[in-house]
Amino acid sequence: MSRAVTERSGLQEHLREIGFPRLVIGVFLVLLFSIAIATRMDVPGLVTDSLLRVGRNGLLVLALLPAVQGGVGLNFGLPLGILCGLVGCVTALEFKFVGWPGLAAASLIGMGLAVPVGWGYGWLLNRTRGQEMMVGTYLGFAAVSFMSMFWVLAPYRDPSLVWAIGGKGLRTTLTLAGGFDKLLDKLWAFQIGGVRVPTGTLLLFAAMCALVWLFFRSRAGISISAARSNPRFARAAGISDTQTRTQATIMSTALGALGIVVFAQSYGFVQLYTAPLLMAFPAVACLLIGGAAVSRATITHVVVGTVLFQSILTVALPVTQRVIEGDISETARLIIQNGMILYALTRKNDR
Amino acid sequence: MSTAPVLELRDISKEYEGNRVLKGVSLTVRPGTIHALLGENGAGKSTLMNVLFGMPVIRETGGYQGSVLIEGREVQFRSPADAMAAGLGMVHQEFMLLPGFTVAENIKLHREPTKPSLLSRVFGKRLETLDLPLISSDARSALAQVGMGIDEWAPVAGLPVGHMQFIEIAREVDKRNAKLLIFDEPTAVLTESEADELLKVMKQLAAKGLGILFITHRLDEVMAVADEITVLCDGERVASMTPAETTVGHIAEVMVGRPAAVVRHVDSRSTAPRAAKLEIRDLAVDMPGEQVAGVSFTLEKGEILGLAGLAGHGKLGVANGLMGLAPARGSVLKDGKPLVLGDARAAIMAGLAFVSEDRRGVGILPDESIELNIALTSLEVQGRFLLPGAVPALRLMDGGAIRAHALQMIEHLDVRCTGPKQHVRRLSGGNQQKVCLARAMTLAPDTMLVSEPTRGIDVGAKERVLGLLRQLNREQGMTLLITSSELAELRATCDRIAIIYHGRIAAILPPDATDEQFGLAMAGGAAHAGHAS
Repeated sequence: MSRAVTERSGLQEHLREIGFPRLVIGVFLVLLFSIAIATRMDVPGLVTDSLLRVGRNGLLVLALLPAVQGGVGLNFGLPLGILCGLVGCVTALEFKFVGWPGLAAASLIGMGLAVPVGWGYGWLLNRTRGQEMMVGTYLGFAAVSFMSMFWVLAPYRDPSLVWAIGGKGLRTTLTLAGGFDKLLDKLWAFQIGGVRVPTGTLLLFAAMCALVWLFFRSRAGISISAARSNPRFARAAGISDTQTRTQATIMSTALGALGIVVFAQSYGFVQLYTAPLLMAFPAVACLLIGGAAVSRATITHVVVGTVLFQSILTVALPVTQRVIEGDISETARLIIQNGMILYALTRKNDR
Repeated sequence: MSTAPVLELRDISKEYEGNRVLKGVSLTVRPGTIHALLGENGAGKSTLMNVLFGMPVIRETGGYQGSVLIEGREVQFRSPADAMAAGLGMVHQEFMLLPGFTVAENIKLHREPTKPSLLSRVFGKRLETLDLPLISSDARSALAQVGMGIDEWAPVAGLPVGHMQFIEIAREVDKRNAKLLIFDEPTAVLTESEADELLKVMKQLAAKGLGILFITHRLDEVMAVADEITVLCDGERVASMTPAETTVGHIAEVMVGRPAAVVRHVDSRSTAPRAAKLEIRDLAVDMPGEQVAGVSFTLEKGEILGLAGLAGHGKLGVANGLMGLAPARGSVLKDGKPLVLGDARAAIMAGLAFVSEDRRGVGILPDESIELNIALTSLEVQGRFLLPGAVPALRLMDGGAIRAHALQMIEHLDVRCTGPKQHVRRLSGGNQQKVCLARAMTLAPDTMLVSEPTRGIDVGAKERVLGLLRQLNREQGMTLLITSSELAELRATCDRIAIIYHGRIAAILPPDATDEQFGLAMAGGAAHAGHAS
C-alpha cells in the first residue's frame, strides 16, 4: 500500500464524512460572513442572533432524534408535541404561574400531556409501518386544525390570554412579558466582543443533548436502536419492536413539547392556531443538514445541523439585503429546507 | 483444445480503499467446459464477478486493472446489462425472481416476444402485444432443457426453493445469445437430490457448447462436474488443476492454506441413560415453509442431537418454535419445568440460546459493531455489561466490559476483523457466523439450538465452527440441538440424528446408521423407527 494511496483515500474519507451538502452549506455560510465583514456589517450582532436562534430551535431538532433512532423515521408529526407544549404554556399562564415556576409548569404540563399523545401517535405509527413520515405529516396537520378549535372553545378565562372583545377564545399570539419571557436566555448571559451569549438556553440544549446521548447508551435506549437496526434480531433477543417504536415516539413528542416551551421563552411569545403547522419542516431540515439520514442520526448531526441552518437563516437576510437590495432570505430558506428534505429522501438507503 | 476461450480474464487486480482484494487473477473458460472457481469467503470471488459484470461498485471505487476478453475480444462492461447483452448469464445464489409472476413470465421477463397491435402501429414498438403462445413454447423448451416438467403458467410464489433455482437457470438458457453461464453457489439452498439434478443439467448445458463458470463451496460437486478448477485465496490464484490431478482433500488444503481435517468422528459415548434437558411433547410450529405438525422427543443432558430432513419438511421450525420466533403449541419441559412458548425472553431466561439459520435476517445487527452484536442479547435479557444504576431500564452500558468481552471472544473464536468496532456487515459469512455463536455463548446457556451452522461459509470456517460446537459440548457439557441440511456434518458431530419428514419425526438414528437408513427416513419410509429410540 503506497503512501499516496493512503493519503488520497484518507482525504476522500474525510470528504465523505463531512458530506457534500454540509460542505456546500458550510462554504456558503463562510461566504455570507465574509461579505458581512467586507461590507462592515454588525458581525457581532449577526453572531448574537445566530446563537439565539440555535438555542431557540435546538431542542425541536433534538426531539427528532429518538424517532429516527427508534426506526419511525423523521418525525413530521412533531406538531403533536409542539401542541402539547403550547397547552402547557397557556395553562401555566392561565393559572398565573410566572417566572421560573411558570416555565417549569409549562414544561411539565406539556411533557406530561405528550406522554399519552405520543403513545397514541406511536400506536398509529405501528399500524402504518413503512409510511410513518407521510402519516406523521398529515396527523400533524390534522392535529393543528383540531387544536385551532380547541383554542377557541377551551375554558381559558385569563383576560390577558383571551380576545378582549367577547372575552372568549385565545388570542393568536400571547406575550410572555411578565410571564417567563427570556428567562433562560438571560440566565448567566454574558457579553464577549459584542456578542451576547444566551447561556441558559444553550446550556439547557447541551444538557438535554447529553441526557439523550446517555439514554441511548442505557439498556432501554440500546433496545430502541437495536429494534430499529434489525427488528427480527430484536425479537430474537426478547425485545418487542412495537414497544420500542412507541417509546421512541413518546420521547420524541415529549421533547417536542419541551422544545416549544423553550422556543416560546426565547421568542417571547406563544403562537397558537396555525403557527405550529409547518414547524416540523425546518427542524427536519436542520437534522438532515447535520448529516443524518432517515434511519440514522446522532447528537453531532443535531448540533452541527442546527448551527449551520439557523446561522444561514440569520445571516442571509441582512447580507442579501445589503448586496442585492432585495430579500431572498425567505426564498433561500425554503430552497435549503425543502431541498435538504428531498435530498435526504432520495438517499434513504444510504448507510 | 483448439477452440477460442469464451471468457478470458487476464491479470485482474482490484483495490478497495487501499486494500488489494484481487492480485493479478487470470482465468480461462472454454466453450463446452465447466470451470469451477473455488475460494474461502473473502477470497475475492464476488469481487471478480463484479468486475466481470461491470457492476457500478467497481467503477465507483476506481475501476480495476487487467483485461476481460469475451471470445478473444477485449471488453469493458459499463453495466450488468452490457454484460448480459454480450452473452453472459448469471444464476444467483439468492433468487432474482418475481414471486407474483408466473414461471413463463419470469423466464421471458423484459425479453418477451411481441406482435404488432393497433396501439403499437400508432404509438410505437413498446405497445406491441405479448405473443403468449410463443412465450409459452419458449418457456416450455427452456424448462425442458433444465429437466423441469412444471406448468409454465404456475405462479412462482408457491413453488419449492429447488424449483426456483431451475427457473433461474431456464431463464438464462432461454437467452438466445447465451455463451457463458455463471452459477454462483447454486446448490447452497438445494437438497441433495435437487443438487444432483442441477449438476446433471449443468453438464448437459456444457455439452451444448456453453461455457460454465461454477462458483461453489461444495468440493465433491466440483470433483463430479468440473473440467478445470481455479482456486483463489486472499485475492490470488493459488492453484489451477483438473479433477483428475487432484483430490478433495488437496483442494480443501490449498483453499485454506493449511491441511484440512476432513471427517472427524465423535468419540464413542456411554449409552447410560442421561437426565432430560428438554422434553418436547407434540410440538407444532406454524412457521411458513417449515411447518412442524407435531414432534415429540427428549433432548438429553450433555448430548448433541441432530435434526435433519429435506427442505420444507419442518426441521427448521423446531428451534424457531422453541425460541418463540414462530407461533408454537405443545408442551415443553426444560429441566422438568414448563417452558413458555412464544416468548423469546422466557426461552433465553430458561437457559436456551439460539443461533438462527437466517444469519443476515435474524442473527446480526449488520450496521452495529461486533462488540455490541456479541453483548446485546445478554445485556438486554440478563442485564449483563451494565453499570450500576437505580432504574434497571436506564442503567448505562459498560463500554469497558463489552470491549473486554468482545476481544476475548474475537480471539477465542478467531473472528477475522479489523477490531471490535468493525460493523458486522463488513465481515464475511463465516466470521458473521462466529459473531452469532459468540453472542449465543455470551448468554452462558446450558442448551444451545444451532440451525444451519455452516450454511454459506467456507471450508476453514466450517471446520472451526463445528469444532467449537464439539468443544462446548465436551468441555462445558453444553447440550446441543443442531439443525442442518448437511447430513455429513451432522453424522460427524452428533450423538443421535432425528429425521423430520412432513413435520413429524420419521426416525431417530445413530450417526453410524447406513446411508440407506438415512435416505429411507428422509423419504418418510421409516415412520415407526422414531418411537424405538
